[in-house]
Amino acid sequence: MSENAPGIIKDRDLPAPAIDPTNKPFWDAAREGRLMVGFCHDTDRHFFYPRGSSPFTLSPNVSLVEAKGTGTIYSFSIMRVATPYAIAYVELDEGPRILTNIVDCPLDSIRIGQKVKVVFKPTTAEGAPVPMFAPV
Amino acid sequence: MSLRGTACIVGAFEHPTRKADDRSVAQLHADVAWGALQDAGLAKDDIDGYFCAGDAPGMGPVNMADYLGLEKLRHADSTDFGGSSYLAHVAHAAAAIAAGRCNVALITLAGRPRAEAMATGTAPRSWGVNVPDDPFEIPMGRTVAGAYGLCAMRHMHEFGTTSEQLAWIKVAASHHAFHNPNAMLKKKVTVEDVVNSPLVADPLHRLDCCVISDGGGALIVTRPEIAKTLKRPLISVRGTGEMIKHQAGGTIDLTYSGARASGAAAFAEAGVTPADIRYASIYDSFTITVLIQLEDLGFCEKGRGGAFVADGNLISGVGRLAFNTDGGGLCNNHPANRGGMTKIIEAVRQLRGEAHPAVQVPDLTLALAHGTGGLLGTRHGSATLILERL
Repeated sequence: MSENAPGIIKDRDLPAPAIDPTNKPFWDAAREGRLMVGFCHDTDRHFFYPRGSSPFTLSPNVSLVEAKGTGTIYSFSIMRVATPYAIAYVELDEGPRILTNIVDCPLDSIRIGQKVKVVFKPTTAEGAPVPMFAPV
Repeated sequence: MSLRGTACIVGAFEHPTRKADDRSVAQLHADVAWGALQDAGLAKDDIDGYFCAGDAPGMGPVNMADYLGLEKLRHADSTDFGGSSYLAHVAHAAAAIAAGRCNVALITLAGRPRAEAMATGTAPRSWGVNVPDDPFEIPMGRTVAGAYGLCAMRHMHEFGTTSEQLAWIKVAASHHAFHNPNAMLKKKVTVEDVVNSPLVADPLHRLDCCVISDGGGALIVTRPEIAKTLKRPLISVRGTGEMIKHQAGGTIDLTYSGARASGAAAFAEAGVTPADIRYASIYDSFTITVLIQLEDLGFCEKGRGGAFVADGNLISGVGRLAFNTDGGGLCNNHPANRGGMTKIIEAVRQLRGEAHPAVQVPDLTLALAHGTGGLLGTRHGSATLILERL
């Protein structure tokens, strides 16, 4: 676990994501620091979470594509547990709203509409890192 | 085919326990099944349809039919979309009865999260194995309270809803629970009590949350011809609706729930409007759950829920719409972390005229019961029932 500056949200132990044959390419890319999203070729729309078929048409005509990793906070909530954290939906610049955390900033500074960029945080047991977001 | 008038609720029973240290989950199911049969004036071997959801142990109807000794079953249904499942079960029972698949349906719910010291709302939790969204959300610390906090935060941002307005929902529930000797929280609270209670998942406070309790409930649903031979008032299914709402590939809008569709379907089937409803059982896992559902069901415009619930408008005998007159999940009981069953039971009490006299809505002939199962902020199942006293 990394050290945090005073006043900044503390990192916490994150459980490793469960890898399955369909989501593995997403997590392999995460290990390389790349945020991937699904792309539906039938509708020219991005989607999240990625899967092997389009949630818009159910067609298998989909790809995994790299996102820019930037977006805005759609909503958030501070979980007031022993190590508080900020759960959030971030709306990616590509469109999808993804469930994530806001990190590396003071808890009381978070606002809806704030610009954020992806930062990958390590998980336990050498699991794949997970995409969280910090204010730009 | 319309389900209007195809079935009646003739038995309803809520377990009085709120902490079941001495009862197993299966036994709690048996307790409530017996209670509902006694209420209806029917016997075990009258039951030929059985409905249960994810709170039932093992393979649901298979293990429970064995435990309960149900030997005449011709029909079983284990539809599970969380706490609202039992509202859907009533509709599914009506459909099965109309199709001739059964005559007397038993629906049970039971659980003991409190005795098991389950971290219900504040710890990340999966609903099973191979759940495709879990790898993307469990590491993020997705919790029940957090998922509803996300909805409340967005609602406040878009519509200016305040914590004080949300608090009025708890205040109303507490005024009702005051009259319920079985309620976990019997003390009347104020808006200040709610907003001064500790934050759990911003902007939701501890008193914006429902209780964690053990217990359960059961219903008996049958065809009208049989219902007329029994001694209980005729509580008829008049309107039904269901909707699954989810993230839709990332296009999720947190300001509304599946109630928008399930409510519209139920009102259309019933041929009535929200203006006709004076009592409603509204799923109340959190105060924000109530507010968003009331808007979606059409009791007020989207975004106006804060003004609608304020100033005691949900208190029986005081406001426009009496809600959850047993104290609801917010103050009375939220057995197995699933509030749908108790919503139906209190609506039945109201229609029978058997609610506590201090909260009974006079001359009631129509009632609505509505639930949200799963998580409002990620994916959930909504189910709406409109019931009528014939």
